[in-house]
Amino acid sequence: MVEAYLRRGPLAHRSLPSRIEADGPRKSAAGLWLAWRPHRAQVNLRGDASDAAFIGAVRQAIGIDLPLKANTTSGGGDVKALWLGPDEWLVVARDGREGDLAAALRQALAGMHAAVTDNSEARTVIAIAGPRARELMAKATPLDPHPRVFGPGACAQTVFAKAAAIIDQIDDAPTFELYVLNSFADYLWAWLERAGEEYAIAVVE
Amino acid sequence: MTTQPYRLARGGRIDRAKRLRFSFNDRAYEGYRGDTLASALLANGVVLVGRGFKYHRPRGIMTAGSEEPNAIVQLGVGDRTEPNIRATQVELYDGLSAASINCWPSVEFDLGAVNGMMSRLFPAGFYYKTFMWPPSFWMKYEYFIRRMAGLGKAPDAPDPDRYDKTFAHCDVLVVGAGPAGLAAALAAGRAGARVILADEQAEPGGSLLASGETINGQPAAEWIAAALAELASMPDARVLARTTAFSYGDHNYVQMVERVADHLPPASSPGPRQRLWRVRAGQVVLAAGAIERPLVFADNDRPGIMLASAAATYVRRYAAAPGRRVLVFANNDGAYRDALALLDAGIGISAIVDPRPDPGAAIVAEIRRRGIEVLAGHVVAGTKGHGRVESAQVMKLDGDKVAGAARSIGCDAIAMSGGWNPTVHLFSQSGGKLRFDAARATFLPGAPVQAIRVAGAANGATSLQDCLREGHAAGAASAADAGAAGKAGDAPQAEPATPDEPAMPIWIVPSVKPVGEGGKHFIDHQNDVTAADLQLAVREGYSSVEHLKRYTTMGMGTDQGKTSNVNALALLAVTLGHEVGAVGTTTFRPPYTPVTVGAFAGHDQGDLLDPVRKTPLHGWHEIMGAPFENVGQWRRAWYYPKPGEDMHAAVGREAKAVRTGVGIVDASTLGKIDIQGPDAVELLNWVYTNAWNKLEIGRCRYGLMLGEDGMVMDDGVTTRLGENHYLMTTTTGNAARVLGWLENWLQCEWPHMRVYCTSVTEQWATVALNGPLARRLLAELTTDIELDPAKFPFLSFREGRVAAIPARIYRISFTGELSYEINVAPSHAVALWQALMAAGEKYAIVPYGTETMHVLRAEKGYIIVGQETDGTVTPHDLGMDWIVSKAKKDFIGKRSLARADTSRPDRKHLMGLLAENPSEVLPEGGQVVAEVKDRPPMAMIGHVTSSYFSPNAGRSIAMALIKNGRNRMGETVHVPAGERVIRATVTEPKFFDPEGKRLDG
Repeated sequence: MVEAYLRRGPLAHRSLPSRIEADGPRKSAAGLWLAWRPHRAQVNLRGDASDAAFIGAVRQAIGIDLPLKANTTSGGGDVKALWLGPDEWLVVARDGREGDLAAALRQALAGMHAAVTDNSEARTVIAIAGPRARELMAKATPLDPHPRVFGPGACAQTVFAKAAAIIDQIDDAPTFELYVLNSFADYLWAWLERAGEEYAIAVVE
Repeated sequence: MTTQPYRLARGGRIDRAKRLRFSFNDRAYEGYRGDTLASALLANGVVLVGRGFKYHRPRGIMTAGSEEPNAIVQLGVGDRTEPNIRATQVELYDGLSAASINCWPSVEFDLGAVNGMMSRLFPAGFYYKTFMWPPSFWMKYEYFIRRMAGLGKAPDAPDPDRYDKTFAHCDVLVVGAGPAGLAAALAAGRAGARVILADEQAEPGGSLLASGETINGQPAAEWIAAALAELASMPDARVLARTTAFSYGDHNYVQMVERVADHLPPASSPGPRQRLWRVRAGQVVLAAGAIERPLVFADNDRPGIMLASAAATYVRRYAAAPGRRVLVFANNDGAYRDALALLDAGIGISAIVDPRPDPGAAIVAEIRRRGIEVLAGHVVAGTKGHGRVESAQVMKLDGDKVAGAARSIGCDAIAMSGGWNPTVHLFSQSGGKLRFDAARATFLPGAPVQAIRVAGAANGATSLQDCLREGHAAGAASAADAGAAGKAGDAPQAEPATPDEPAMPIWIVPSVKPVGEGGKHFIDHQNDVTAADLQLAVREGYSSVEHLKRYTTMGMGTDQGKTSNVNALALLAVTLGHEVGAVGTTTFRPPYTPVTVGAFAGHDQGDLLDPVRKTPLHGWHEIMGAPFENVGQWRRAWYYPKPGEDMHAAVGREAKAVRTGVGIVDASTLGKIDIQGPDAVELLNWVYTNAWNKLEIGRCRYGLMLGEDGMVMDDGVTTRLGENHYLMTTTTGNAARVLGWLENWLQCEWPHMRVYCTSVTEQWATVALNGPLARRLLAELTTDIELDPAKFPFLSFREGRVAAIPARIYRISFTGELSYEINVAPSHAVALWQALMAAGEKYAIVPYGTETMHVLRAEKGYIIVGQETDGTVTPHDLGMDWIVSKAKKDFIGKRSLARADTSRPDRKHLMGLLAENPSEVLPEGGQVVAEVKDRPPMAMIGHVTSSYFSPNAGRSIAMALIKNGRNRMGETVHVPAGERVIRATVTEPKFFDPEGKRLDG
């Protein structure tokens, strides 16, 4: 087995653990909290949402009903599903679950026209929180982050600064998680630090 | 340091405790916090602030707002200097430095003023008429014209400031925070709508900031403060001062620029200097007010001549006296109230001159009670003065002429008013048409096209009570339309006012001599366009307003004619004998006022101009000192120079090592698309030219993808991973395009196909080993994959572990050597790379970059889509007929390949080119000619697509697209390269191992 310490995410070179330590005392004064959550299980799922057998098989495999309403999520305990399109979802869970989730889905969906693709390594997660989080979101995306429009349970695939991201608001603190392709992560982190500078940033765990 | 001789002893919204030093034209002055540059200059008695654009006549401050055509200055110094800034919008800060423009060598002594004396030589269309002949002289003329024309200077260093931009959403956007806007925002906010209230001035309040009126029984200033406090208490109301809404697009997309820190000394605040707001508003209330209309009388441009409302604003809001003896020239009652404001501040009024025979009786009585003469039925027929205006020549109006003797009335300022023009710019940008209201002699908003309401002075309202009522109603209705269910409350109440007598439109004020002779009637003060210019243009046949505008340049200055357009339109109509309004208006275009480019860029500049995509091995390449090559947004390691090596040496070493030992390359950027479903093979058969039915599980095949036009669009290797499961690879730059291409066909044309495509480009990092020693090296790091070519042949794939890391290995080759493309999780890429480098040490493993990759594939004659192809190249042109299935019934592009033009035998073919001198490298992009002439033009027969020095062939090599190339084999062609012409021979595009014997090592 590969040693865990040999794994390296796309922001590893930024020495964020030492930033977290240095920013700790300033956290309460900061308007923005940025966090890097490097590895997460992400299984891309395609299938026919109108097929009850498909929905049932997915429920049996991962224990949740897929969200059928555009730009919403379901689940949220161990396993969560993000709506990406009328026939596409991203099933996410903690790092390491990708293998068993994909296997369970493939088994349950055997014989059906569906596609299960492990994409856990394609994207990393950056979290944005803090009192000015919505203002930073508004700078980056043309979507409306207002609580009347976007809240916990909402997600979106959209343009973010000049990259693409999947946005998942995980709580009404508010905390937004961005799923970002690894190759864009360094650009996006730099952009967030620049655009968020006026609010004072603390890098957090 | 001078004192402030024109500063009033009392009043104004300035903070007299905060003295601010500033300089204008290198002279030091003082002002107060709350001043604009314009008000501070007036307070210091500086009335000569610039020179006219064309005639270089002395110019002063004409307005108190963003419509200013005259007082435009060069602001700041060094890398922060900004040209053509309106002094009326510049908030004073300590240390501010500004200078006049349009003058040389100085504003007091300006050589260009000679133009004024020769003005008869500068008619409308002067430049078109004069400098077009002889054409060859234009370059000479231009030098002097530019020197004299002035306008400001752009900074010549990068902008050191930070800019921001943001999206914003609201139910109701209110533009303008005067009485109507504040009432609208309050109503909408109370009803529960999300409100943004934006105003271009330093503080909200608009005209109320210079008003003596009361609202709800409170002085206006107190009511403003209460309104702002109430808005601040609302969770979803945002008030933006110093914010100009400058552009109105479809779907209520309004762009605004907020001058966040322009009122502070440079670099004194940590945040951005300006912020661009890109607003999507459910509803818009336009409460942008109105702009007072100047009167067009002879010599109406002398310093000291300003709008009447501006004079009152300077007195009331800034405690700055525009003069000590002010003559008022107005066609409406409102200017009389401005005169009263000046009188109340202790400023002398020389007289009030009014063309109307019967001005409002009550207001005239009040003025006369103060001992001021009112000359009804009179006009100002001319002015005199050196620098500042010194007197007005007042004459009796008789029809459209003046009569009787001129009376000279001394004054040091003239406050003029020709009525009001509602600020309908954004309404017009929103798509709404304007209508001419004859009773009010002005253009008013017509029927809206988008969800917009216009309220207050922007809608033609003249009384405070009407402004408040309209604003409240618009705010309440907008909130209701946006779905807010709360109560909007009551409209604020002003004191009832008696209606004014109607204004009398007077589009051109006669003088003793005909217009254009003796004295200038300026219409457009910024571009120096006079009534005589307009009339001449009409005589020359310019009867369309759009033509007139371009011919005379009327309204084409940086002020976009805010004070001049309506006067010009009306004069055009009158001259043509039409009704005013019948000639239409010119187009209102964004931006309302100029916007700094930095605001549009925001943070997307410098290192963040465009995303830089990095592979998981990027850091390793950096440590090794590799320069990077841009491939789309990706950065790819170009080559790895050793100490003392240049690119040529490094590439030579790398390319040799791959063919003699083993090289390692980061190929992670290749596009990868996971394709699943029972119809996957059918999709492949459609999008590729070759057949896919017989590809076995575990085997790979190269494919060429065509557009519907039969031209090569992409290429790559696709592997069959399972029964109905394929992995397609694409070129680096085309990954997203190819996925979009597949989805387009699947979603729009073939929805019956049961296929799902998922991008997995970044799920896999790709490290390729190439070279005869690749198998021996890989064997050291894997135990569960049999590497024997009999068990693991070329064009097949295996799964297993390399250095304990789960991996997919593909035996495909872009070098012609034995090659393994090892795909692992990106988070393991560095670990894999380092394991391969460590184990490869004894094989003298060499990392190589994209340049060596390109050389090696060119040695083999392998194409790069986008380099050998440019969207006009078919597979046949490339000599790749072998990959175009004859048996398949159809595939995308097949029909186009049968067209007469695509199937003719003498198209451009991809050929090899060998320079006569083997050490000479042909220039990529170089034109290939069959016959050389002394100088161009020469008939080109093609161009060089790829060209390198090949270390393995021991000479230069090149590929080229050459007309009828396959029938020119062995011919000598020529490639002009600057001063020289390189001779080359046409060959097959294969330069190394043409038989392909090396693939198995």
